Amino acid sequence: MTTDLLFAIRGVRVNNILNVDHLDIRKEKVTCITGESGAGKSTLMKLLNKMISPDSGEIFYKGAPLKDIDSVKHRRKVVMLSQVPLIFPGTIKDNLMMGYMLNGSKPDGDEVLKQAIHNMQMTKELDEDAGTLSGGEKQRLALARILLLAADVYLLDEPTAALDEDTEIMVLGHFMAEIKKKHASLIMITHSRKISEQYAEERIDLSQPPFREEMDNNTRGGL
Amino acid sequence: MENSSIIDIEFWRLISAYLFVLLLIIIFKVRGIARERKLAIAAFRMTLQLVIAGYVLTYLFELSNPLLTLGVILTMEGFAIYTIYKQAGTRLSVNLKKTIAISMIAGTSFCLVFFNFVVIHFEPWYDPRYFIPIAGMIIGNSMTGITLSVKELLKSFTTQKDMIEGALMLGADPKAAVKPYVNHAFDSAVLPTINNMLGMGIIFLPGMMTGQILSGVSPLLAIEYQIVILLGILGSVGLSVILFILLAFRNFFNLNAQFFPEGKN
Ligand SMILES: Nc1ncnc2c1ncn2[C@@H]1O[C@H](COP(=O)(O)OP(=O)(O)O)[C@@H](O)[C@H]1O
Ligand SMILES: [Mg+2]
Repeated sequence: MTTDLLFAIRGVRVNNILNVDHLDIRKEKVTCITGESGAGKSTLMKLLNKMISPDSGEIFYKGAPLKDIDSVKHRRKVVMLSQVPLIFPGTIKDNLMMGYMLNGSKPDGDEVLKQAIHNMQMTKELDEDAGTLSGGEKQRLALARILLLAADVYLLDEPTAALDEDTEIMVLGHFMAEIKKKHASLIMITHSRKISEQYAEERIDLSQPPFREEMDNNTRGGL
Repeated sequence: MENSSIIDIEFWRLISAYLFVLLLIIIFKVRGIARERKLAIAAFRMTLQLVIAGYVLTYLFELSNPLLTLGVILTMEGFAIYTIYKQAGTRLSVNLKKTIAISMIAGTSFCLVFFNFVVIHFEPWYDPRYFIPIAGMIIGNSMTGITLSVKELLKSFTTQKDMIEGALMLGADPKAAVKPYVNHAFDSAVLPTINNMLGMGIIFLPGMMTGQILSGVSPLLAIEYQIVILLGILGSVGLSVILFILLAFRNFFNLNAQFFPEGKN
């Protein structure tokens, strides 16, 4: 059964930060990555987005070695939301348009944009300044922007860290529904056990064996 | 140059001008600003370098040899590039150093050739009386421009790392991801030259023109030269900085379009 395999990670090492011997991530699933701070969650996600390349080992995307796939083309289909929300100077609309521009895709009309903002539980107009938004609003604007892109895989690095629990549930609920509608895959880093329990169809815990154990063994072996 | 209305400054009067340096040293001392050493060194070096330059230029003007003129230009170019490396404030990667050298040489040479052969058009083409001071101005200003853009580029790439990486994660082309910062670096490198043009003739007379007028050249002729020199400087700064910036940003990405804010080696 290789057909439902999205990512296959084989013997991957990044410095002393991350050591993943064997990990499969499946298509059209919601996969949650957990682990204590500094466990290498963001590093793992950046590998999938080809923001970094492993020192050794290999990553396969839909069966093809990731190292042979053009980075920019790959990232346009496997988009990643950075841990720090990316807000450009300008209005909310400018920020949404920036997503299409950077992603190299065709923008939607204002009605779609407004709805996207509304779906993220924001009561803001498109022409409002994005710079004055609160931390949580910036995070939701970044979420709205990435969801407007027609990607195959969505990688979210702690997307709701700045949101209160009620908003978090509503925003993620909407995100999950849209992902399922698009038949896309979602990989999400979260600190919240509750979120992971509620939404994850697959779980990767970087604080647990085999990741933790291998790390320790290797560190010891290296000394 | 021709009529001798210029007053030769007597030696003791020239020395008296150094009282200004003394004044600044006293101010630094009184205010407790630790700069007097640097100022003293600067005053000393300025004097020494200019005296040497004076003799060397006299010698070069008398010889008027094409190879010597070109040699002087090359030396200036080398010194300017070295100064940029020094002034950049951080350790530059080998690739970045190459890019700086290429854009300095290409940008200034193009402007110098255009300026000397089209705008001023003097004979013989290597006449050091024209070639050397014009090259000095063009190379000096491009040097300042590139220094500013190097600093600005390195600073914003470091402080805006998250923004640039965030854009890449969405599938941005490296060029698009750094565009705002690259544009800003270009702007801040060219802006001093533009501001300089705004105040020209009203707030101050530039050094070259002051020198020319003092040595007896008519203000109208001095202005003709000043105008073309300023436009030449603008062109040279613009050209060398845009070359630098267009070539430089590639040094910060590897073939996998991954970003290195300090420049890859
Ligand atoms: N570019 C880097 N160079 C060196 N160390 C890094 C780099 N990025 C992250 N690290 C280190 O790797 C570890 C894992 O980082 P990260 O993947 O961001 O963890 P997490 O997202 O799980 O909190 C941390 O100890 C961090 O300091
Ligand atoms: Mg992280």
